[in-house]
Parts: sequence; structure tokens; C-alpha cells
Amino acid sequence: MEREELNVVENQSATPETEAIVLPPIVEAPIVEPAPKKKHMGLSAKSKLANTFIYIVLVLMTIVWLFPFVCIIIESFRVESTAQVGYLFPKEWGFDNYITLFRDTDFPTWLLNTFVMGLATAVFQTIIVLCMSYTLSRMRFKGRKFLMNFMLILGMFPGFLTMILLYKVLADLGITEERAPIGLVLVYVASSGMGYYISKGFFDTIPTSLDEAARVDGATRFQVFYKVILPLSKPIVIYTVLMAFMAPFGDFVLARFIARAADPGQNVAVGMWSWLEKTMINSHYTLFCTGGVVVAIPVTVLFLCLQKYYVEGVTGGAVKG
Amino acid sequence: MVLYIHYLLKNKQGERGYVPLRVTMVQLDVLEFLRLNKFEKLLYKIKLWFCSIPNAILNFFKKIWAALVRFGLFIANQCVDIGRTFKNGNWAVKLSFLIMGVGNFAYGQILRGSLFLLFEIVFILYMVFVGAHWLSMFDNLGDKSLQTIWVEETDPWGDVTLVEKTIAGDDSFKILLYGLLSILFILAFIYTWRLQIKQCRICMEITASGKKVKSGKDDLKSILDDQFHKTLLALPVTGIALFTVLPIIFMILVGFTNFDAKHDGYSNLFTWVGMENFNEMLNFGDSGMGLAFGEVLAWTLIWAVFATFTNYFLGMFVAIMINKKGIKIKKFWRTVLVLTIAIPQFVSLIYVRHMFDYNGLINNIIVALGGTRFKFWDHTTWARALVIVINIWIGIPYIMLMATGILMNIPQDLYESAKIDGANVWQQYTRITLPYMMFVLGPHLLTSFVGNLNNFNVIYLLSAGNPPKMNSNGSGVVIAGGATVGDTDILITWLFNMALGSETNYKMASVVGVCIFAVVAVLSLIVYNVMPSTRNEEDFR
Repeated sequence: MEREELNVVENQSATPETEAIVLPPIVEAPIVEPAPKKKHMGLSAKSKLANTFIYIVLVLMTIVWLFPFVCIIIESFRVESTAQVGYLFPKEWGFDNYITLFRDTDFPTWLLNTFVMGLATAVFQTIIVLCMSYTLSRMRFKGRKFLMNFMLILGMFPGFLTMILLYKVLADLGITEERAPIGLVLVYVASSGMGYYISKGFFDTIPTSLDEAARVDGATRFQVFYKVILPLSKPIVIYTVLMAFMAPFGDFVLARFIARAADPGQNVAVGMWSWLEKTMINSHYTLFCTGGVVVAIPVTVLFLCLQKYYVEGVTGGAVKG
Repeated sequence: MVLYIHYLLKNKQGERGYVPLRVTMVQLDVLEFLRLNKFEKLLYKIKLWFCSIPNAILNFFKKIWAALVRFGLFIANQCVDIGRTFKNGNWAVKLSFLIMGVGNFAYGQILRGSLFLLFEIVFILYMVFVGAHWLSMFDNLGDKSLQTIWVEETDPWGDVTLVEKTIAGDDSFKILLYGLLSILFILAFIYTWRLQIKQCRICMEITASGKKVKSGKDDLKSILDDQFHKTLLALPVTGIALFTVLPIIFMILVGFTNFDAKHDGYSNLFTWVGMENFNEMLNFGDSGMGLAFGEVLAWTLIWAVFATFTNYFLGMFVAIMINKKGIKIKKFWRTVLVLTIAIPQFVSLIYVRHMFDYNGLINNIIVALGGTRFKFWDHTTWARALVIVINIWIGIPYIMLMATGILMNIPQDLYESAKIDGANVWQQYTRITLPYMMFVLGPHLLTSFVGNLNNFNVIYLLSAGNPPKMNSNGSGVVIAGGATVGDTDILITWLFNMALGSETNYKMASVVGVCIFAVVAVLSLIVYNVMPSTRNEEDFR
């Protein structure tokens, strides 16, 4: 590693003016190729060696990173066995698992549940998070610091403990088991105000002079929010929507606790989790992989498309300067 | 070279955020510090860091004490103010001590007055018809449990049979919950009552000085203007209060009861037991809670340190590698790595866990290469190492993405001025690139450390805490708090098994939860106090 690092550095400043370091601010283009790229004529032999070395590392990493995913995809085409077998390549390839998945299991219900939950969470959570972060970022009022510290402290409590109470309350309201998706969305959305940090970081970077100008022109605070700041906040809105939408796809702890054993109320994670129990795993292992592929494809595509906004979201507050 | 850092930090963070050199001002002056070689500098910094810990802890307790004193003074002030208002107030103010909103009506604030009045009516009705019932049982959480009795019943044909019947008794869980709600409601009422008295007094003063008080129309207007922050915060804060704060208070209270599988609250009521559970926590005997907690805590800390730092440094190096000039298809490399973020963890992690099973893929590869099968998840060291390594697989991409953004954002003029001053590449790297990245990613290091302390997903989906810890005499597995304790269990997974496993030992889970909170809070406080202040939110304004 150390040698690696050294080489990288040497290369970096060999011709700094063509280096990728200075680029348009992260807001516009977080991941772009180095902008004006001249052809470097005299790459030294040492540097070439370093590059080769890096390529080897990167290729190795790619293999390690992709291997499990490729395996999952291959497993999903296995026909001859539904259990975990010791070899990778199926003796017989086919779409049997996909057909079984959509015809003979509750998977379509789970997928629909999760999708609807994702949409609902995305809408409401975005509203809540934006309200919270905007207020904490742009407005100065009594109790603001207290509120922020209070939420910081709240976040240190292990959340699992609250599930017991939440379940009882939701059960009293009649939104558990079959109707678990409603209860789950309620829980996700209600406590989402605590996750304001990242979008607050974003709002912090929008100059307050904009607000002041608008205020001088007679805009109310609501108008400042709605007409000035919100149109500028596209990246963070997309980031929040993306994160909120993806959350129900991965949640199995709370979802399992609220939905219990009621199949129609489960999300994909909980439903597929039940396939891995000792009695089920031998007949459902390849189905699990198939389900994994089906869930992963839309989420991954969505994520990769909106990756730019994700990067802006996570780095936005930290990088601007 | 230090000048560059100086320049960098000063430029980026302003005077207040300019910290890393702060340490040098404590005992050595800058010149003395610069004379030290690299190793000595590092040593000096570490020494200073440790020296500042006692101070930080002391400061923490001082702060708590100061806060308590301030709170006491605040309450006293309020009481004095209420008394003075009553003494100086006119009839309307005096009457509003009893009937809320009267003062507002008297000064023409119909909207506010009616809201206050409505609140009082709702409060009294609730207390009389609901709250009193629950509050009366709050002291022992109910005394009648579910009863089974045999009743003689006559069926339509006149035969008498004995029928088993259950009579529902009290429900400790509900008593605790609604009792707590009632108490919170009372507190809210006291706050509102105090608020409206203050408002009455202000109205009185305003009228006395000849000005007009705010009308209902003004109030409505201010919802979208002066008071817009309250409008925006109303919904989120209500949600947090109901779905986070209330449950947390409830669960802390459970720690003072004997709520577990044996005392489920309706067939067998639970009740207050005082500090009993906390005493149990301090049992450091063999397979006592205290010992188990200590062992799990130790691994949790090791795990968090490794998980955080491996990801942090490897992620940065990967980012540097990918961003190196001359490396092609950068986007491809990034996309490959980012897949682990995009694909839900319960799919990827569970699959990876099965790859390392006894008859999993990896073992078959080992066999094919001429080795013997190995139970990865049954060996403490292997399981622990695997969890950390697989966490790298999951965690690097996050850091890589952030570091990429930062690398692209380092101001070019820094490098140029460094070059003019004759800095070589290595120096530029260690004096500009690294400090900059460290500086910007520093806050993230802290949050991800705390996050890893409670990183449930990775542990639970991979090893699920296995292998179980053995007794000191090797006779069986350690069971503490009603859950087996595993070698890779971190506090949060242990807690999960305790509360939601077969034993549902809520009372001890609650105590452990409070302890986890204490650990996390103390660690973050130390870190925030000792580490250079990270990001100043006013910087960008």
C-alpha cells in the first residue's frame, strides 16, 4: 500500500495543471472525468509501472466485488436443485425459479407491498425531512440548539427497544400483520425527522444572501422557502427521495416484528427471510437468490441512475468550501 | 510546509475552525514544535490527546452540574414571575389563572383565547374520564391479573354444566403506557398554563403602554412568516415525540419493572422493582450480566475501531487509485464498487454468509484446491476476522464516493503555491491531500465510529453473533439476560436477542439499552470534546 500511495502522489503533481483535482464544484458534477485532459507525452516508466499495478489491484477488486453478485444471478438459473449445492454452475439452466417465484409464492404481493411502501415513505419522509432540515439550517429561533442536541442524544438510544411498544400501539390501532405496510410507513415517516443532518448540511451551503434579498423584496418566510430555496434544492430532494424509497426494501427487523407471520403484510425482505429458516432453506435457497435478483435489479438501476445526486447528498455539506 | 496546512485551514474554515495546530499552543510554542521530528510530533500529539481526556470528562460533569443549576434557577424564576403576575394583574389576568384564555378574550384575542379554553376543556375531560383511571393504578401497575374461573351455566335444555371462563384483569403494559401519557399530558398542560399567563401579562403591559395587541388575523399571518419555523417543525417534532421520545421513556421505565416472559403484563402482571435490574447488571460473577456485558462491550469496541478505520483508509486509497491520472474507465470502477451500496444488504450479506458455510462455495473451492473443509463461522478468530473483512466489502464504496468528491474539490492553487515553494510530490501529498481529506472526512469518521458501534445489519446477517461463548469451565454456552452470548455478538445484536428472542427479557434488555446509550454517549462526548471541533455550521453564511 505504501508504495502504491507514493506512486500515486508522484504522479499527481508531475503535471498538476492537467490533473483532475480541480474541477467544477461538486454541486454541478461530482463524478466526472477529469475535465481538460491533455495527452501527457512523457509518462515515465515508473509511472507506467504504477498504473499497471493499480490496474491489477482494480481488476482484482472488481472480481471480488462482483463475484457474489454474479453467483447470485447464476444460482437463480439453477434448475436441477433448489437447495444450496457445493458447485457454482448449474447442470441445467432455465427460468424455472423465476416462474415459480411469480406463480407459486407470495413474492408478487411482497414486491407490491414494498413498492407501495417505498413510494409512500418517499413522499412523506421527504416532506418531513425537508421541513426539519430547512428550519434548522436557515432559521434562528429559541430552542434551536436544544432541539438539535436533544435529537442527537435521542439517536444514541438503541431503537430496537422501542419496537415492542410500537408494535403494541400499532396493534391497538389495527395496522399490524395484514395491514402492516400502513403501520410501517407510519413508523418510518414519523421518526424520519431525526435524519435531517445531511440535508441540513446541504441547506447550510446555500448563501443566506439569497434569503435576505428576497426578504428585502417583501417575501414572507414561506415564500422564501417555497419560491427561492426549494427550486435550488433539487439534488437534496432527489437524494432524500432515493434514500426513503430504498429503505423499505432493506428493512427486515422492524418489518418482521410488525408484520409477524402474516404473509400478505410482509415486505420482500421479511418474506424472503422466512425462506432461509432451517425447514425451508432446502426447498427455497435458489428461490431466495432469484428473489434477490428481482429486488436488486430495479433498486440498483434506480441507484446507479441517481448516483450523482447520492454523491452530492453525502458529500454536499462536507465538501463545499 | 505547516504553512500550507495553516493556509488551507484558515482559508477553508475561518479562524474558529482552525484547530489542528491548536495543540501546539498548549505547551510547546510553534517553533519548538516544528523542531521535533515527525515521530516526536506524533507522539506529542497523542500525549496531548490523552492528557486532555480527564479534563474533558471533568468539563462534562461540570456542564451537567451547570445545566442542573440553570434548570433549578429557571423553575424558581418562573414561580416568582407567576406570583408577581398574580399580584400585579387585573381581574382578567387573575381569572385566567383558573380559566385559561379569559385574559386573551379580555384583550380581544378571540382566536388564542378560544384555543386555550378548548385545550383546558379537553384536558379536564380527559383527566376525569380517562387519565384518572390509569393514573390511579400507575403506582403498582395493576393488581388483578387474568383469572380463570369455572362457572355453572344452564344451556337451553336446562342442563347445568361447568364452563371455563377467563376474566380479563388489568393490563400492566397499558397502565404503564397510558399512565405515562397522562403524566406527559399534565406536564404539557402546566406548560400551556404558564404560557397563557405570560401572554396575559404581556397583553396587559402592551395595553397599558397604549399600543394594540396582536389580533387573530396577525396570528394567522405569522404562521407563514414570523412563526414559520413553528409551522414547519410542528409535524416532524410531533412525529418524533410520539414515535421516538415516548417509546424511549417507556422503555427506560421498563428497566425499573420486572417485565419479562414470566411477567407478561396480563396473565401475570408486572410491577415496579426499583433498582433490582440495575443491580443484576453489576453482577460480575461467572455468566453474570456484568461480565457478559464487559466481554461483549470489549468486542464491540474492537469491532467498531477496525470497521471504521479499515474502511476509512482503504476507501481513501481506492479513491486515490481510481482518480489517479492515467487510469481509464474511472466510471466503470466506481460503478462496480457502488453496487454494494445499491443492492439491499439482506440479499448480498446473506448470500456471502452462505458462501462461507461448511458446504458453501468457498469450502468447495478449498476442497478443489486440495484443502479440507473448514467451519468459518464456528471459530472465534475466523468469524471475527471474516465479519471485519466482509464489512470492508460493504463499507469501502461509501468512503470511496465521498473521498472522490473531496479529491476533485481540493483547490488547485494550494498545489501550485506548494510547487513554487519547492515542495516535492510526496510533501504535497502528505501536507495537502491527506490533511485536506482527513479534515473534511473527519466528522464522518466520528459518526461512522458511532454508527459501527450499533451496526446491527452486518453482524446479524453475517454471523448472527455465532459462535456462542463457552463457560469458563467449558460446560456450556454463556447465557446472560436470557440470550446466548456469542463471540461476534456486539451489544446491539445481543440486545436484540434478549428483547425479541425466545425469552423476551424486556427488563434486562431495557437496562442493557440504557448502558449502550451511556457507552455511546460518553464515547461521542469524549470524541467531540477532545477532537478538534469539526465543522462550524456558520462557516458558509
